[in-house]
Amino acid sequence: MPIHEEHLIRPENLVTHENLEMDGIDISGHWSTFIESRVVTDYNEKIEEEISSLPGGEYIHRCWQCGSCTNSCTVNEINPEFNPRYWIYLIRMGMESELLRDKDIIWQCVSCNKCTYACPRDVFPEGVMKATAHWLELKGFTPKSLSTHFDEEFTDQVVETGKIEEGRIIRGFFKRSGQSLFQEWLIATAHRLISKLPIKLLTKMGVASIIKPKVHSWSAARDAIQEHIDNKSDQHRKNLSLDQLIQTAENELDA
Amino acid sequence: MDGKKDKYKSVAYYPGCALEGTGHAYNRSTKAVAKSLNLTLKEVKDWNCCGAMEVKNVDPDIQTYLSSRVMSIAHNEMKHDVVMAPCNGCYHNLKKAEYDLENNPKSKETVEKISKKAGHKSYQSGTIETIHVLDWIKSGIGDDELKDRIKNSLKGIKVANYYGCMYTRPRHIYPEKDAGIGSESTLKPHFMDDILNLAGAESVDFPLKTACCGGAHTLSDSDTSTKLVLNILKAAESSGAEVIATECPTCHSGLELHQVRAEKVLGARTSVKILYFTQLLGIALGLKPNQVGVHENVSSSAQFLKKRVLS
Repeated sequence: MPIHEEHLIRPENLVTHENLEMDGIDISGHWSTFIESRVVTDYNEKIEEEISSLPGGEYIHRCWQCGSCTNSCTVNEINPEFNPRYWIYLIRMGMESELLRDKDIIWQCVSCNKCTYACPRDVFPEGVMKATAHWLELKGFTPKSLSTHFDEEFTDQVVETGKIEEGRIIRGFFKRSGQSLFQEWLIATAHRLISKLPIKLLTKMGVASIIKPKVHSWSAARDAIQEHIDNKSDQHRKNLSLDQLIQTAENELDA
Repeated sequence: MDGKKDKYKSVAYYPGCALEGTGHAYNRSTKAVAKSLNLTLKEVKDWNCCGAMEVKNVDPDIQTYLSSRVMSIAHNEMKHDVVMAPCNGCYHNLKKAEYDLENNPKSKETVEKISKKAGHKSYQSGTIETIHVLDWIKSGIGDDELKDRIKNSLKGIKVANYYGCMYTRPRHIYPEKDAGIGSESTLKPHFMDDILNLAGAESVDFPLKTACCGGAHTLSDSDTSTKLVLNILKAAESSGAEVIATECPTCHSGLELHQVRAEKVLGARTSVKILYFTQLLGIALGLKPNQVGVHENVSSSAQFLKKRVLS
């Protein structure tokens, strides 16, 4: 069965009749299992254009649905619902509501690039996954994922000083995403490390964690990078018509 | 090969952020091995973060800029033509920047604009060769010479060589790989196997050499990372390995952290040791465990090394 009909065989689309006779033949129970017919009316043909305007999504149009991406996917092996080929199909068809059924797992792509390695059409599916996760957040379909919180904490520190310090990243990430830093396994790991390390190195690491490591005369680079990021962010808002989206929502609220 | 030997004698060294923190043992052991092999490392002056796996998700061109700045300093200020990066993330990003600047005019324009504003020469593609510490040891020393320098053979030690994702993927940023005899393979990499075999170890047939450890989501999706790591640890054990040799600080800390987490959260205990390949090589070259930072690892391998190699 072609992949795009997968949604038709979800349990809620199946109908089984207890008693059914057709042309004099009894086809009650299991024999009468039908897939309910469905008319798709909610196409959003802008999705492909919008996702391809975000970084990573540029080459989605090249896809010819061979399935090499899903076949090689690291996350698909753990969770069969994680299906890049299917999502690329839905995006290109504009089947928004189908795509939204999986909105909470798309961010879980681990960027191993096995799909990119396997793809015969240079779609860069890894990039498409990132662009799609980003699109879902920008459009307000999902809150920022933990992965996005981590990326933003990391990027902020790099832009600010040119370098990162892992202790600060971890603290900043847990704070930003509202999680407790005191996870049992993190404590267990820290214990193992501290019990073995010489005092000199521990002190050095502790100091680095408080005094930010910095690249010298970084401020000009910092400003130029920040300017670029801000411009890009404005461009994304425009490409996704986010301001109109907010305006429409406000008008609806007023009415 | 000999041309490379001369070229790699003295290289610009880009340790990157992880090697100053969780991956310090990799930094220490790489430097110790360099010293022992009479190879010279000149640290890139005032280097910055390459952008790791995170910055590209905010903006890929910024990642390209960050990596290009490192190459610009190495070439324009330090007059080097080779940069060696032991971290898979740094190595991958420098290679990716090289590819982007060669093939993507928009990226090039952005990098030139930011470099100008930041007040340094922009990096011109093709002026730097970025290599991994594996390339460097393999081509900078040569098989025979390396073999001659082994003092404590790793004889009888069964090793699973774990390369991770970024050393070989995506393929297009590594044009020098898959280029026939003597080159590295992206499907079945073997440089680490080759080096450790010369040091006397027995590299087992390990099917998950280039599997993913979930490093990108170590903290943001820990359950996925734990499953992926556990898979790698178990596969190494069933391949008969006593040690997993690593060549990336993200993979290495991922394996160590999630070995602990798998035990705490899933009750799954594995006992395979995890060491940087530079630590194993350093020990084989006659260095002491502390000189290659064995005490800086989360997992404990000191007893194992004492019993199996140094006795």
